[in-house]
Amino acid sequence: MAAKAYAPLQVCLHWLMAVLIVATFAGGVYVAGLSLSPAKFRYLAWHKWAGFAVLLLVIMRLAARLRYGAPALPGHMSPLAQGAAHAGHLALYGLMLAVPLTGWLMSSAKGIPLVLFTVVPVPDLVAANPELAERLAFWHTLLAYTLAAFIGLHVLAALKHHYLDRDGLLFRMRLRQP
Amino acid sequence: MKKQILALALCLPLWAQAQVLDATASRLDFTLTQMGVPMKGSFRAFKAEVNFDPAKLAASRADIRIATTSIALPAADAVNEAKKPDWFDVARYPEARFVAGQFKQLAPERFEVRGKLTLKGVTREIAAPFTAKVQGKKLLIDGVLPVSRLAFNIGDGSWRDTETVSDIVKLNFRLTLIQP
Ligand code: HEM
Repeated sequence: MAAKAYAPLQVCLHWLMAVLIVATFAGGVYVAGLSLSPAKFRYLAWHKWAGFAVLLLVIMRLAARLRYGAPALPGHMSPLAQGAAHAGHLALYGLMLAVPLTGWLMSSAKGIPLVLFTVVPVPDLVAANPELAERLAFWHTLLAYTLAAFIGLHVLAALKHHYLDRDGLLFRMRLRQP
Repeated sequence: MKKQILALALCLPLWAQAQVLDATASRLDFTLTQMGVPMKGSFRAFKAEVNFDPAKLAASRADIRIATTSIALPAADAVNEAKKPDWFDVARYPEARFVAGQFKQLAPERFEVRGKLTLKGVTREIAAPFTAKVQGKKLLIDGVLPVSRLAFNIGDGSWRDTETVSDIVKLNFRLTLIQP
């Protein structure tokens, strides 16, 4: 448990997901502003594929977290700061699950099944239901923006540790330790 | 639906020998593929004047008129788009029509119809296999026909890109005809 850094698998998943989530979020915002067109169909499909990959990766990531745990937080942090860090990480995990799940649910409720990379069909979670689809669209959007806000705080906190506290926290999420 | 039944009932005297379409048990559906995702739609309003007798193919004929404005798709914005000039251009072409008088038997209860399909002002000869089953006083007709949407300029302009919306659209027709 008292490892100094995250396991290599956890580090890889962290950065892969960071890139995917930022791209999926930006793609979602862009697609929501498009009117119906071939471009909208194309980018929305990419958004769904990337978002579904995030869902699969976060499940792997939770499994890795349970298997390898996490290194202890720096000793200089107050109990309050440690509690906030744990709560923030818990919220990130929850949101990383909830955002793609509401997207998948919305897609099903809209009556548009998910077909990964145009070839792998994914089962529908609920039957087509336009009213439900509208409510899910609201939740998908709200949760996605909440996730973006938490990621913003997460980045700020990491930068504070690195530049102000100079406690080397950022190195824990690197493959090679200094 | 009620209106159609009424209209059919009014036409009945003129078509005394024709079979009557049971609109509640008849459907015109289609499936298109969008980024590999099958999307179902249908035409809710159509009239069919059909006189199909498996024993008298030479005298059989069919005339199906479809109200293009009755198109139904999973999303409201898709329905709006489908009515625009790039797609069905329902303002200029409110009706699609299939007229056929050539029937051929392929196997027991299996036939082929050959006729002219007019969609968006374009007329093309098409042939569709179908099954016809007698159930008491009802004749059940079922068929699937893949058609090229671009052959009829359905989905013009930027929509001609078949990487996003496939060219082939599968038409599924089920007609329930009540024998006179
Ligand atoms: C990490 C994963 C995901 C993130 C960060 C994300 C983010 C977003 C964002 C920001 C929007 C725009 C909301 C708005 O401004 O209205 C959006 C829209 C959407 N997302 Fe996601 N999403 C994710 C996963 C998914 C998944 C897995 C699916 C489906 C399988 C999905 C389906 C959709 C749909 C259908 C829309 C609506 C687009 C439209 O306006 O028509 N999303 N998403």
